[in-house]
Amino acid sequence: MSKRDLRNLTLASAALGLAALLPLYDTGYLLSIATTMAMFTVLATSWALFSGPTHYISLATAAFFGLGTFVTGLGFQTLPMWMLPLIAAGLGAVLAALVGLVTLRLSGVYFVIFTLGLAELVRQLVTWVQNRTGQRGMYVLTSITERDIYWQLIAMAALVFLVGWLIARSRMGFALRIIGNDETVAKHSGIDTAMAKILLFMISGAVAAVVGAMMAPRYIYIEPSTAFAPILSFQVVIMALLGGTGRLWGPLAGVIPFTLLWEFISRNAPNQTLLLLGLAFLLIVYVLPGGFVGLYERLQHRFGSGGR
Amino acid sequence: MARVVLEVRDVTKRFGGLVAVREMVFDVHHNEVLGLIGPNGSGKSTMINMISGAFAPTAGAIRLNGQDIAGTSAHRIARQGVARTFQLVRLLPELSVIENVIAGAAFGHRKRWGREAESFARQLLERVGLGGQITSAVSSLTYINTKRVELARALAGEPEVLLLDEWLAGLNPTELQTGIELIRSLRDEGRTIILVEHVMDAIRSLCDRCVVMSSGAKIAEGTPSDVLTDPEVIRAYLGADEDA
Repeated sequence: MSKRDLRNLTLASAALGLAALLPLYDTGYLLSIATTMAMFTVLATSWALFSGPTHYISLATAAFFGLGTFVTGLGFQTLPMWMLPLIAAGLGAVLAALVGLVTLRLSGVYFVIFTLGLAELVRQLVTWVQNRTGQRGMYVLTSITERDIYWQLIAMAALVFLVGWLIARSRMGFALRIIGNDETVAKHSGIDTAMAKILLFMISGAVAAVVGAMMAPRYIYIEPSTAFAPILSFQVVIMALLGGTGRLWGPLAGVIPFTLLWEFISRNAPNQTLLLLGLAFLLIVYVLPGGFVGLYERLQHRFGSGGR
Repeated sequence: MARVVLEVRDVTKRFGGLVAVREMVFDVHHNEVLGLIGPNGSGKSTMINMISGAFAPTAGAIRLNGQDIAGTSAHRIARQGVARTFQLVRLLPELSVIENVIAGAAFGHRKRWGREAESFARQLLERVGLGGQITSAVSSLTYINTKRVELARALAGEPEVLLLDEWLAGLNPTELQTGIELIRSLRDEGRTIILVEHVMDAIRSLCDRCVVMSSGAKIAEGTPSDVLTDPEVIRAYLGADEDA
């Protein structure tokens, strides 16, 4: 482990540790926003693990997330609570593998459309099953407080950062970067591109399902239209791109300002949230390609080389 | 004669109604530079694409050290020991020069990773004449240097067979001499190479043997001087009698 790795590890642990102290200070509004932020941090970071290097934009986050909430919704009365995220992770990984096998041969825009369709498909399927069985939504009434959820999410964030750090240093991470640059070269260099993409997509899908399972008690009442709401997928993509996917901390840099802005707009002009989403997207495409990470690297480059 | 590394047996490739390659048969021996030549559209690139696994042959067998690789996926073939360059250079634009080469070392025939891969990539870059530009961005390279990087990447997995698809195309006369020298030095190292080429000087000075293709079929095979004086080869290159 190099000096820089050690410094980054210390910084990351300190930041996470500090974040974990927040509920001791406030359990009201601040914690509520922080929980949302923690949720999006985990989702956007794990999204970027796959989509960052490969440039395959996935809009399936809502499908995995929704799946996770339903695991908790259906299982919280009969199964021990600690088991639910594990089941969600397993199911998320399986769903991701299935989707991967079918779609990762598709490239570019076809993959995007398919993943968007997937979330919708799962939602319709669940609705259909519920209609057949005469169910509506379901209540998730537990003794779990927002504080517990927040701590679970922080732990999950730590895990995702650790996994991301390990992947980036591994042959697997390198393979994904090569795939993102030129898939043909990747294949002819000996990389099993389908396998690499499916594995990473499974990690990403499992994490999103776990987050869904952890978040379910917060919603109290869950039904397909909210659990599988496609807007979640778009929010995750925009936040990750706003922050930038080139570094592990990139998505976090997008999540914090975007969540605050989203909160501000949905309080003051609740009908304009979609407009914000659109504007943020335009901003990223035209002004901030590479997100805040890209901007940071450009500045570093300019001042780094200018100073010497 | 040295042992046969690659055997191509009755390989045919059809794209719908078009027969791009028809019942090709040839061998590549250890330490041999085989020229695969022929006019444009004669099926050379299709042949290369089948050997490297980009396409599956419609019929026939391709054996690498006795094992049939026809129709297996490109990454498996690469791991078994076939490396290639591309007709239009393909580098990894977001990766540095040395990372481009490590890409070939990390997953190929003979795998290297970490420090070992880095020092091996460094050696190869020096070997192809790019020792000074290891950490450069690939966008800053001149045309011949992009070709050098691609060559180093192909060499990085220590392949059994190296496929060079018009590696010398597009170089200016000075660069061409440098390029020919470089490939000759690879040949002297004892590598096994299939060279798809149009540049006659290169074919004459580099190839031990040539296989000539026209309209998807083999029309001649032999030493460069033999095949290049073969009347049928001349006809294939220069057109039918009435034009000659």
